[in-house]
Amino acid sequence: MTLDRRELFATAGKYLIVTAATAKVIETFLAGATPEPAAYAVADHWWAMILDIEKCIGCGNCVRACKAENNVPLEAEYFRTWVERYHVRGEDMEHPDVDSPNGGYDGFPDKYAKNDGARTFFVPKLCNHCAHSPCVQVCPVGATFVSPDGVVLVDKSYCLGCRYCVQACPYGCRYIDPRTHTVDKCNLCYHRITKGLLPACVENCPTGARMIGDLKNPKDPIHAFLRDHKVQVLKPQMATGSKAFYNGLDGSVR
Amino acid sequence: MDTSALVHAVEGYMYPNEVDLQWSVLIVLYPFITGLVAGAFILASLERVFNVAAVKPTYRLALLTALAFLLVAPLPLQLHLGHPERSIEMYLTPHTSSAMAMFGFVYLWYLMAVLVLEIWLDYRKDIVLTARASRGWKRTLYRVLALGSDNISEGALAIDDRVGRFITIIGIPSAFLLHGYVGFIFGSVKANPWWSTPLMPIVFLFSAIVSGIALVLLVYMAISFLKGREIDMPCVDTIARYFFYAFLIDFSLEMLDLIHRIYEADESFKSLDFMVHTRLYVSQIVVQIGLGTLVPLALLALTQLVRLSEPARKTFYSIAGSLALVGIFAMRWNVVIGGQLFSKSFLGYTTYKMAFATREGLLPAIALLVLPFVILAGLIVLLPPWAEEKKAAEAPEAAA
Repeated sequence: MTLDRRELFATAGKYLIVTAATAKVIETFLAGATPEPAAYAVADHWWAMILDIEKCIGCGNCVRACKAENNVPLEAEYFRTWVERYHVRGEDMEHPDVDSPNGGYDGFPDKYAKNDGARTFFVPKLCNHCAHSPCVQVCPVGATFVSPDGVVLVDKSYCLGCRYCVQACPYGCRYIDPRTHTVDKCNLCYHRITKGLLPACVENCPTGARMIGDLKNPKDPIHAFLRDHKVQVLKPQMATGSKAFYNGLDGSVR
Repeated sequence: MDTSALVHAVEGYMYPNEVDLQWSVLIVLYPFITGLVAGAFILASLERVFNVAAVKPTYRLALLTALAFLLVAPLPLQLHLGHPERSIEMYLTPHTSSAMAMFGFVYLWYLMAVLVLEIWLDYRKDIVLTARASRGWKRTLYRVLALGSDNISEGALAIDDRVGRFITIIGIPSAFLLHGYVGFIFGSVKANPWWSTPLMPIVFLFSAIVSGIALVLLVYMAISFLKGREIDMPCVDTIARYFFYAFLIDFSLEMLDLIHRIYEADESFKSLDFMVHTRLYVSQIVVQIGLGTLVPLALLALTQLVRLSEPARKTFYSIAGSLALVGIFAMRWNVVIGGQLFSKSFLGYTTYKMAFATREGLLPAIALLVLPFVILAGLIVLLPPWAEEKKAAEAPEAAA
């Protein structure tokens, strides 16, 4: 078969049109399908928490949600997160009355008279996921470590239960699980955040007093919050590189 | 209702996870026992390195005492771990930034490279001679202990002596390392102001020397009494003198720490001060500083300043030694337990309730304190520390 130049162009043109149309159909079809969720890239995140004291009402939802989500023992000596109530009389910053009945799990019964001249507020506590974590430093086998996304995690299958990390944490965030004899603490609900979900405490906070943010994501609202608010970390003198930022933190809180 | 606060007699506010104490009486034993090891070894080194001939009768005894206690030293740690079966990971995958991860290496170095080797070199001649003079299983046992060596010529013994001396010289910084290191484990915890001081390793070290000397002094006098042997008075007088000097330094350091804390009065001071005046009053002020330090120091000072009769000196030394051991145990208690009684919020206090017949209770603690003496008794039978003296006593008769 011989083709002259005119026929060659006509045939090639037809093929070109058919191929382009087919490609368009396939492309349209695929675009219509649900896209596969992108796998969690651990190095692409750097997690931090915002705790807004102005918004915390001490309802204890976060404590209950955390214990339920993470199977934390229900006794009053084991908490991944808890809430403290501060009652500070005027200028007496050194002697605040602090209580945390059952870690705030059951909420806070009325204790102080209204208008007693003191300021009363709630402080949610959890692992500060420090960048220079003293607990990570002291672990003799590296069973607790900072993940590349900035979350301090514990490998329970490796932990000796020596409790040095419990001693080293300045914030009292660690406990020994009496069932496994290994250490346990907040992991920002790692099983959830790596799937694009919120930690249980954040999800269940009715006032939005708890927020999680990805400092490596430029579009994360955490950047706007940190720009617009004066925040503080707990015990800054410990120089732990804490990533739990408190808005409205009173100087009496320790 | 916060029931845990009632159960644990919490006063003020503690972070909820702090209410239960993490480190028990077993962790009190750990620095106490390693301290005895380091102290006993340093006493032994006096004779070897510094040629203090007067303390020679206790040289071998001090080494055996150090070994007996060193063998027991890791047991309270092991018993305390939530997963003792995983402790091997500290050797296999040590976390290099952890002070605790180094324990296994410091311990093994001290046990194998220093203590066992030094004892073996010092006893080699005796072991070979015993093997030669014995029959049956005893012969086999001592041949195994001799590790196949049979050469006890003068040249070989001179080499033993030189190597032994070299090891002792390495051993002194190693003993300092062992116990200074134990102090560092506590002193480097910045979260805990009761522990966090660079003085901690030094205070631990000197209290270790005091306790080790006191122990060897007491063991020597007790064995002499039990065996009806004459106590070598120049020897115990010399030991008591070192005991006194080391104790003075130890006390000065502890007072320096105390005065510094009181004068500086940082954010933790009120909380710690309250604790010392309440929950730690008996163990710190009465037992550690009063009975355990000032009384024995006064007794020892008296023996140095006044010419006392031999029986009076023996009595004073025994009382001072026993009280010093009690005081230094109290010091370890006040560091380890005291450091966990107050909240890191400085707003409250908890209590330590020691269990009895549990894994971390009083019973295993007592057993762990008795065990080294059982081991020591065994070691004394196996490697008699006074064999040389006996021969020396017999030798002139034979010559005559």
